[in-house]
This record gives sequence, structure tokens and C-alpha cells, in this order.
Amino acid sequence: MIVLKVENVTVGYTAVDILHGVSMEAKSGEIVSIIGPNGAGKSTLLKAIFGLLKPHQGKIILNDEDITGLKPDRIARKGISYVPQVDNVFPSLTIQENLEMGAFIRTDDFSQRLEEVYDLFPVMRERKKDKAGQLSGGQRQMVAMGRALMLDPQVLLLDEPSAGLAPLLVADIFEKVKEINATGVVIVIVEQNAREALKMAHHAYVLAMGRNVMDDKGEVLLADEEIGRLYLGG
Amino acid sequence: MPELITYGIVLGSIIALGAIGLTLVYGIIRFANFAHGDLMSAGAYVALFVVTDFLAWVGIPDTNFGPFSFGWRMLIAFPISMVAVACVAIIFDRILYRKLRSKGSGAVIFAMSSLGAAFILRMVILIVWGADSLFYRPGMLRPAMDLPLGIKIRPDQVLIVIIAFSLIIFLHLFLQSTKMGKAMRATADNMQLALVSGIDTERIIIWTWGIGGALAAAGGILYGIDVQLQPSMGWNFLIPLFAAAILGTIGNIYGALLGGLIIGVAQQVSTAFLMPTYKPAVAFIIMIIILLVRPRGIFGGKSA
Ligand SMILES: Nc1ncnc2c1ncn2[C@@H]1O[C@H](COP(=O)(O)OP(=O)(O)OP(=O)(O)O)[C@@H](O)[C@H]1O
Ligand SMILES: [Mg+2]
Repeated sequence: MIVLKVENVTVGYTAVDILHGVSMEAKSGEIVSIIGPNGAGKSTLLKAIFGLLKPHQGKIILNDEDITGLKPDRIARKGISYVPQVDNVFPSLTIQENLEMGAFIRTDDFSQRLEEVYDLFPVMRERKKDKAGQLSGGQRQMVAMGRALMLDPQVLLLDEPSAGLAPLLVADIFEKVKEINATGVVIVIVEQNAREALKMAHHAYVLAMGRNVMDDKGEVLLADEEIGRLYLGG
Repeated sequence: MPELITYGIVLGSIIALGAIGLTLVYGIIRFANFAHGDLMSAGAYVALFVVTDFLAWVGIPDTNFGPFSFGWRMLIAFPISMVAVACVAIIFDRILYRKLRSKGSGAVIFAMSSLGAAFILRMVILIVWGADSLFYRPGMLRPAMDLPLGIKIRPDQVLIVIIAFSLIIFLHLFLQSTKMGKAMRATADNMQLALVSGIDTERIIIWTWGIGGALAAAGGILYGIDVQLQPSMGWNFLIPLFAAAILGTIGNIYGALLGGLIIGVAQQVSTAFLMPTYKPAVAFIIMIIILLVRPRGIFGGKSA
């Protein structure tokens, strides 16, 4: 079943379009990876899905419902959460407060969810009174993901969660992404670590210069010679 | 000297009330509000109106209140004025600053328009109350008590410090433990991420102005009780407010409190060596020195 569908989206920050008719879809249970060179428009695509940018053309559909042009808080209420590429925690707030902010729009009791998120990231439970600004890069990414998970989203958009992390931590983060996915959350992940991203992807898209270049199963793209040469560093 | 330091703490707690509002507003919308001092004046005069006109008209007698120079009416006027000035600050934001924000105006435009707002407030005060100095209760004797170390202090002044600190503690609890308070801190940290988390940042901005305006009103009234009311009182506070906020690292409310106390004490102690008319210059010089030596203030680390 298709959960999220991006149809022919054209969008930009100003009058200049950055994406030119990009399409993609994510089915239930999937991890979908988006790879491509710097400036390809990967982050722009996630921002458009989350309503931070308004498409000039095309549609974004969640569970057969057209959500194109809705504001981010409306989209969050519909079941999509988003972790930005940079500045994705509140540095002067504690870990616990960061998670509470993730649940800001919830009016019910979310203590159960808080425990589940802590179970997923036990380190965060130990350090819940620490300010997020004092954490290492890897821990920050975990807080950022935890914040996004507080709404119990159906779809989680992750923008380069492994950026700038040591290889060991990168493996950690990807492990967490798989764990989150195993709980039934559809993941759309943008990655520079393209090889790893393709390995764990059920389906993957290659973007370049604001257009779809190719898409297929992760392992198929991984085996593709041209993709390997152009995007995976040989 | 101990006496001057004590007076400095009294003045400093008044400055802190203004500086905290200034720093709070700056922290959320990155906007240096030059009208903040005049919000203090507005608070003082609204309380004057409530005490001498409105409550007199309602028929509430101004019975003495303990050993203080003001009467029962002030207890009613104080919160009314805080709410009124909170509304004034919010209205300025809604009709003026919000429009500028949505146009993406630069810092200079904001500074100029808040300067305009400051003039409007002061002119209204001048037109309604005139340029003379006024008192909440003219002709009151204001006896002082004797403390150790030869410090003479009026009961009013003790109460001023208590009220200022109570308000600040109240604000601290609000910011630390309520959902709205946490969302305010989150928005000050990272407005984009606050939006992404579904926080209605416009609502946060309204709260920020309301709190800033209410604290400014409190500061203005307390100064009116301690000294006198003057249409230019708030304007004269502007430099001490900025000096305190910058000294304590702009955006940091605890810094603004400490900065306020330091500036207040420095201003009062300076009168041992300089003419009292140089007090504003003392704040100005401290501000220049901080800007040159440590532009991010006492608590300014790596990031602003
Ligand atoms: N806020 C912005 N305003 C204007 N243009 C922007 C903005 N952010 C990005 N762009 C432009 O949009 C294009 C695509 O940027 P985007 O961030 O989507 O690329 P990306 O694929 O995520 O790259 P990276 O791998 O470096 O993160 C780039 O040309 C960039 O300069
Ligand atoms: Mg990017």
C-alpha cells in the first residue's frame, strides 16, 4: 500500500525552481533512501513534503489524501515528522524538554510515548536532564530523531542523520533507523553515505539537478555500475 | 558606601525588570526594542491614573498600607497597569512589528519603528499628564529605617526589591515548568525547529510581548514609588536597560537580572565620586566597555 506519494513536484525557495517535476513514493513498512550529489535538491524535497515550501506544481499525497500546501503543523498532525539536516535540536533545552517539544501539539498524556522513545535510545534516558547543546553529534541526532518520534508518526523524514559522524556512530544511527522502521514507521531518508543508505533501503531514488535520475530497489542500484561510478565513489 | 550599594540594588532590581523584558523580546524576535523604556513610563502613568482618578471615581478610599508611602489603591493599580501595558506592547506588535516581520524588514527598520513607538508613548503621556514631576501620593513623608552599617532605607525600597525578585522568580518558574514557558525557550533557541515541531510561534511572540510589557510596567511603577513620575523617566532608563541586557548576554534573562544589579550598583556608587547627573553616562560607559571587551556579555559562550 502506498503511504506517501510525491507527484511531479516543482518547487523552489524563490521564483527560481529547484525541483523540476520530481516524483517518488513510499509504501507501508518501507525505508526509502534518496541519494544524489550536493545541491541536487534532496533537502528541498523533504521540506516540500513537510509543507515548509509550497509546490508551484504537483501534488503530495498521504494515504490518498492531498496534503499539498498544508502548513507544517497541519502535516505533523496528519502523521509526518521531520528531522532537519542542521540545527535539529533546541540546544538550551534539556533532552527531556526537547522530547516534550516534539509532543507540543499533543493534548493527551504522552508519558507512555516518552518511555518508548527512551527505550529506543537508552542513553537519552540517563542524560535526560542534560542540555541538548552539550551532547556529541551522534547523541544530538538521536535527540533529534526522538523529538520527531514523539508524535508517533506514520512517516519519518530524515535529512542526513549521519552527516559529520564517525563511522562507528554512523552504523549506530543506521541501526536505530532500522529499529524505528521495524516498529512500522515508514522512513524517507536522505543520505550522503549513499552505499549504506542503499543497503538498508527497500527502495531508493537518485536525484540530480532537481530531477529524478533513477529509482529501483536498493540492492539493484547498489549493483548498478553507472550509479556506483557517479554517486558511490567508484 | 554600603548605603550606596543598597540603593544600587534597589535601582538595579528596577532596571532588571526592564532589561529582562528587553532581552526576552530580543531572544525571540531578534529585535532591539527602543520603546521598552517608554513602556516603563506607560506603566507608571497608567498606575497613576488608576490610583488618583479611576479608583477615586469608583469610590475606593486610599487607606494607608502598612509603613509604605502608597495606599491600598496601589495594590489594585499595580496588576491593572501590568495587564494594560502588556496589551499596549501586544497591540504595537500586532499593528506595527508583525507587518514588518512578514515583509522581512531589516534591523534598522525595526529600530526606527520602535523609536517611533517610543515617541508616541511619551507624547501621549506629555499631553495627558504634562511635563511636571508627579507622585502617587504627593506630600507623603517618607521616613527611613536604620539598618546596620549605617544604612538608611525606606520601607518602600525594601518592598521594591521583594516585588522585583518575586516577579522574576515567578517568570523563572513559568519558563521552566509550564508548557508555554518551555515553548518560549524553544522558540528563542530555534524558531525554525519550533515551527517544525508544530509550535505556533506567533502565539509565542504575543506571550513574549505581554510578559515584557507587564514587567516593564512593574519596573516603571516601582521607580515611580521610589523616586517620582516624569514623562522622560523611561527614556532615561533605555541606556541602563540595554547595558544590563548586553552585560548579561542578550537573550539570557538571568544575565539581564545580574546585569541590572551591576548597572544599578555602579550607577549609585558613582555618585560618591561624580555628580548624580552623570549616572546615565556610567551605564553608557559600561555598555561601551562590554561591547569592546566582551561583546557577548558575561554568559556569552561560543554561540549567541
Ligand atoms: N534557503 C534557501 N534559499 C535559497 N536557495 C536554497 C536554499 N536552500 C537551498 N537552496 C538551493 O537549493 C538547491 C538545492 O539545495 P538542497 O539543500 O535541497 O540540496 P541537497 O541535495 O540537500 O544538498 P546537500 O547534499 O548539500 O545537503 C541548491 O542550489 C541550494 O543552493
Ligand atoms: Mg541537504
